[in-house]
Amino acid sequence: MNHETMMQVENLKVHFDVSSEGDMLWTKRKKLQAVNGVSFELKSGETLGIVGESGCGKSTLARAIISMVPAETGRVLWFGKDLLALNKTEMRKHRKEIQMIFQDPLASLNPRMTIGEIIAEPLKTHYPKTSKADIKARVGDVMNKVGLLENLINRYPHEFSGGQCQRIGIARALILKPKLIICDEPVSALDVSIQAQVINLLMDLQKEMGLTLIFIAHDLSIVKHISTKIMVLYMGNIVELAKSEDIYNHPRHPYTQALISAVPIPDPKIEKNKDLILIEGDLPSPINPPSGCVFRTRCKKAQDICSQEKPELKKAASSHEVACHFND
Amino acid sequence: MIVANKNKIKDMAENLSDSGPGRSLWKDARMRFMQNKAATLSLFVLLVIVAFSFIGSHFAVWSYERIDWNAVGSAAKVGMPSIETGHYFGTDDLGRDIYSRVIQGTQISLMVGILGATVAVVVGTLYGATSGYLGGRTDQIMMRIVDILMSIPYMFVLILLLVVFGRSIIMLFVGIGLLSWLDMSRIVRGQTLNLKNKEFIEAAQAIGVSDYKIIMRHIVPNLLGIVAVYATLLVPGIILAESFISFLGLGVQEPLTSWGALIKEGSNTIMYDTEWQLLFPLAFFVVSLFCFYFIGDGLRDALDPKGR
Ligand SMILES: Nc1ncnc2c1ncn2[C@@H]1O[C@H](COP(=O)(O)OP(=O)(O)O)[C@@H](O)[C@H]1O
Ligand code: SF4
Ligand SMILES: [Mg+2]
Repeated sequence: MNHETMMQVENLKVHFDVSSEGDMLWTKRKKLQAVNGVSFELKSGETLGIVGESGCGKSTLARAIISMVPAETGRVLWFGKDLLALNKTEMRKHRKEIQMIFQDPLASLNPRMTIGEIIAEPLKTHYPKTSKADIKARVGDVMNKVGLLENLINRYPHEFSGGQCQRIGIARALILKPKLIICDEPVSALDVSIQAQVINLLMDLQKEMGLTLIFIAHDLSIVKHISTKIMVLYMGNIVELAKSEDIYNHPRHPYTQALISAVPIPDPKIEKNKDLILIEGDLPSPINPPSGCVFRTRCKKAQDICSQEKPELKKAASSHEVACHFND
Repeated sequence: MIVANKNKIKDMAENLSDSGPGRSLWKDARMRFMQNKAATLSLFVLLVIVAFSFIGSHFAVWSYERIDWNAVGSAAKVGMPSIETGHYFGTDDLGRDIYSRVIQGTQISLMVGILGATVAVVVGTLYGATSGYLGGRTDQIMMRIVDILMSIPYMFVLILLLVVFGRSIIMLFVGIGLLSWLDMSRIVRGQTLNLKNKEFIEAAQAIGVSDYKIIMRHIVPNLLGIVAVYATLLVPGIILAESFISFLGLGVQEPLTSWGALIKEGSNTIMYDTEWQLLFPLAFFVVSLFCFYFIGDGLRDALDPKGR
């Protein structure tokens, strides 16, 4: 596998205009900064894990990358070409290279379409001239790959379990042989026992097909298994970005440290004796974020400077970036 | 790797047990509909009425235009329902056979109702789905247009159209159909707004499916449930509207007739002891309307089992 740079995201910002109750037509809409200046690089064959609490902007980041929500500023370079500068038709051509898998496996399948129709949709959309027999062969092929029997092709989504629905979603994402798959919390809605199956399947497929993955989760213990690199998001900001093992063995940001301490350790002796760092307080309102460091309202190490100056994302070690004034 | 393969095999084994064609949501709905006795019976009765309106004329002795001169002016004495004279439902004051006229009126009324509802459903669904899916300014403008059209009094406009352009059955279809899509478009838009946030729409967008195909392939088929319910409830509404207009004397033109026109004539002569002139058309009218409402009700329950 050659590790060429596949995607470079530079200073990506997304905001939403939110209206609250009692707003009048002339009331100025409040701005919700969902993604606030995210930059990262992704190499072919890597898996980037993105973690953060629910509502921290993970899905929005994923959608902005494939221009499903408009970005305020920033660039998304896909093999050197800025995707955000493309118009709708040009972007459509690139959609076949980047596919997505969604959180709610059943809800992401049209209840009125058969499994075969669902899996074939990307193929029919991008290669409308494909013959029926070809489509059928490709659908059967990809169903095999994800561990679904071909004779289920005429079934409807509601006849399947959550895990099987997610396999259907994966098959749909695979049929065009994409280069990058963005998995938005693909296992959060599944039973724990099924989660491992789906993650293993994704890892197998990655090896087999040379896929690059962006794997989103709200829980570090899930991404640990699959990621080569992990990005920790907090209120739309990257607080730490490093290799998977560095995040685990040497987390530098107070928020990451707290998250790591919450990951259960399989050995009960160590588990009992370890310090659990609790994150106290509520997530601040994203409409009204704290000044300076976004994490300061819940940070134990916070000092005066934290409320005055926003910490930049800086290299703390080789390929280990942290956004904290006091990282060690 | 081996573990994963084991899982695959286990999963396949799980699937193996049942294969064959899938059970679509429509099949489920049909089964639930069949369990609803009132709805099934109504569907049956309605089918009988429809069949009667087509084949009933073969048993008629008198055509709907032919005048029985014996009965003219003395319908109360000679024109009562009877098998011997061939006037199964009696005659009206002009000596015309009510049986044939009811058959003909049934055809016209059902046709107006069904065609009118079809126009309304097609226009309303496409309009509402487009407006809801595109959202933003387009949605606002499209819905303000509906608001404006809705504020125009419907009956008044229709009557005006009929007066200005002359009485014609085409005008009736167009008028009723084009005015009653407004409600439909609002209902459909509301549902579309719900659907739009479903992940499968997002999935389609991520794949790169065009807006037009998303509306036709993902939105509209998921609206069909509510559309079917609304359509069955719309048919009697349109039949009523047509009957009202015919009752005013602006509907279909003689010798054609409709339930409304027949009921009007029947009620005009009720004081001359010719109650059959009112009761036969009225019975068809009432029974059919009830049937449509029960079917609509049954469809709603069948298509949306959670809604109960
Ligand atoms: N379409 C939208 N309109 C307004 N606000 C939104 C929209 N989508 C997401 N948000 C807000 O943006 C923030 C990030 O949301 P999201 O990216 O879905 O978080 P996550 O996927 O990490 O749970 C949340 O505060 C959410 O309320
Ligand atoms: S910058 Fe200050 S508030 Fe923010 S994480 Fe570091 S120590 Fe805590
Ligand atoms: Mg999310």
